[in-house]
Amino acid sequence: MFTRFLKLEWKKYFRSSYWQKGIALKIIMGFFALYMMVSFLALGIGSFFLIRKTMPDSDPLQVINSYLLFAIIGDLIFRYLMQKLPVMDVKPLLVLPIKKNKLVNYVLGKSMFSAFNIFSLFFYIPFAIVLIIENYSTAGALGWLLTMIFLTQCANFLNFIINKNNVAFWTLAVLLVGTIALQYFNIYDITIHSQAIFDGIFANPIFVLVPVVLLAALYNINQRILKQQLYLDDAVKVKIKEANTADLSWANRFGEMAPFIKNEIRLIWRNKRTKTVFLTSFVFVLYGLVFFPQKTYQDMPGFLIFASLFVTGGFVLNYGQFIPAWESAYYKMLMTQNLSYRKYLETKWFLMSIMTTVLFVLATPYIYFGLEIYLMIAAGALFNIGFNTLVLLYAGSFNRKQIDLNASGFGNTQGTSAKQFIVIIPVMLVPVGLFYAFSLPFGVNAGIAAIAGFGIIGLVAKNYFMNIIAKKYIKEKYAAIHAFDQKA
Amino acid sequence: MIHSKNITKKYGQTQVLNIEELEISKGQSFGLVGNNGAGKTTFFNILLDLIRPSTGEVINHEVVVNKSEAWKSFTGSFIDETFLIGYLTAEEYFDFIGDLRGMNKADITSFLSQFEEIFNGEILGKKKYLRDLSKGNQKKAGIVAALLGNPQVVILDEPFANLDPTTQIRLKKMLKELTENKEVTVLVSSHDLSHVTEVCERIVVLDKGNVVKDIETSEETLKELESYFAV
Repeated sequence: MFTRFLKLEWKKYFRSSYWQKGIALKIIMGFFALYMMVSFLALGIGSFFLIRKTMPDSDPLQVINSYLLFAIIGDLIFRYLMQKLPVMDVKPLLVLPIKKNKLVNYVLGKSMFSAFNIFSLFFYIPFAIVLIIENYSTAGALGWLLTMIFLTQCANFLNFIINKNNVAFWTLAVLLVGTIALQYFNIYDITIHSQAIFDGIFANPIFVLVPVVLLAALYNINQRILKQQLYLDDAVKVKIKEANTADLSWANRFGEMAPFIKNEIRLIWRNKRTKTVFLTSFVFVLYGLVFFPQKTYQDMPGFLIFASLFVTGGFVLNYGQFIPAWESAYYKMLMTQNLSYRKYLETKWFLMSIMTTVLFVLATPYIYFGLEIYLMIAAGALFNIGFNTLVLLYAGSFNRKQIDLNASGFGNTQGTSAKQFIVIIPVMLVPVGLFYAFSLPFGVNAGIAAIAGFGIIGLVAKNYFMNIIAKKYIKEKYAAIHAFDQKA
Repeated sequence: MIHSKNITKKYGQTQVLNIEELEISKGQSFGLVGNNGAGKTTFFNILLDLIRPSTGEVINHEVVVNKSEAWKSFTGSFIDETFLIGYLTAEEYFDFIGDLRGMNKADITSFLSQFEEIFNGEILGKKKYLRDLSKGNQKKAGIVAALLGNPQVVILDEPFANLDPTTQIRLKKMLKELTENKEVTVLVSSHDLSHVTEVCERIVVLDKGNVVKDIETSEETLKELESYFAV
């Protein structure tokens, strides 16, 4: 039985849409995954030496130990928000002649290998190895490592028992904020206890048995709960969210665009992926903080231009590049409706412009870094509205990948193709090139003015370009319908 | 009136559709039957300009469908649940489609009131997104949306599948009433022979893309069809 389950997992993994992608995308994502892993490894190896360097009078292990309790509570909160028991996977197996106990163990056993449990290992294992190399007691380091692994697993199973219970969540949140506050205001120092506990385990590795017993107990409780809930109207139930029907009649003032605007708002707010895109565009506003305060970039205005574009461009770039694939699920229907492509595309342009304006207003505090930076951001906003919206709309007519709106947002690359990388050239490099073309002979201000000027040209000639884009969409209609019909 | 001239569709070497001449007169209730892969949905998709035919053209009330889009204002259709916008509630979906078809809020509300029985309290006012409705209820919503805005031509692919018996009977009655005064042309496809014979005045049988029968419905039609499909 076990090998059969294993085979299922194997197939599930390798037949997932992740692997159906083009080779270029695979390579890029592979690099990204590798980068993340290496960074974590570096953190695990480096933190010991880093702590020794910054706090020469204290023992790095003790410093880490004193904060582990925080880490564990934080881990639980993170899991509460993100992790779910993969119970839906057994739905097709429920009616097959397999004992319920086996299904329960399969689901629970599978959860032990979830990314939530593996990730922290990239820190704990190298850290323990460094300890051994640095002549700490081997038994102690191993006991400490095993304790951490078992505690991670305990958190895993505790989270399923908590199972989205709000009271438990708020207790944890209050506990975390409370202890940090007590610590911060020097009222009560919890790190002493944290350190005492984990130092104790290091000194007497036999205490590793405590988390083992705890883990066994938690597993057992999970087993019993899950076995009783393995029904279609209980644990194995598709959760249906109640529709949130906000009144959008204020949008009626937009006349012919109104139905589309209402639809766009609902599209963004009611689907995970679009919501993520929407919210991350606000995070992009902070992008400037990476570049503007640093002395190094002050002499490299190209980077500053780059950052300025990102500050207001989060929405245009992330949302615009997947137009009209966001609507791939029902694109066919739209094409049988009595709609004008111009108005349809106009709505999207309007939405991107409004959002860029909002982000620009939010970026006002950047004036702190000087007028020049602020002007760069303003020019970037103009460029995003006038030029990038049109480029992305035009590029959108080449979108051929379906997007499943219900799939989650983070790290989801569905709908991505080589096109998404090609379009970066006009959208990002043109303004930087434009800047240098004018700033080198005529000074920085001329460069900024050139970018703004380009945006204004785009705005003035908008109608002309929108007509061309609409024609392009009509021409590409059949190919898009056909492609959007293919499941990604 | 719908006139399809010399329509063929080829994918590579395989021909999936080959209909020389088909004229569906105004006000006719037209039924399309055939086994899986016979080309029913392909034909409907061509009528709706969702797929380009390899040769030929379709004229819908004097509009060549792949040349002008004027047909969209008088043609309502429901092919499958991908016609629904999953993240909208049924009301919002009807509003959206109604808006595009030039109806105001009051028009839409009064239009929907005649479907209260069909909706059976499970579609309107339920605070549920269309993606969370059952297959049958999704179909009901899609069919009703296709009827919004008094279309002259109604195209429904497999309208009876997934519907409960009561709704099947009501839908048949509704479709018959639609064509009663010879104003609205109704095109349906179905796997259920008794349903089409009941609703349609004319039935065309497709097999591997070819028209093999074109029958004016009569008492014997059901028997004729059953004996044709019994292999």
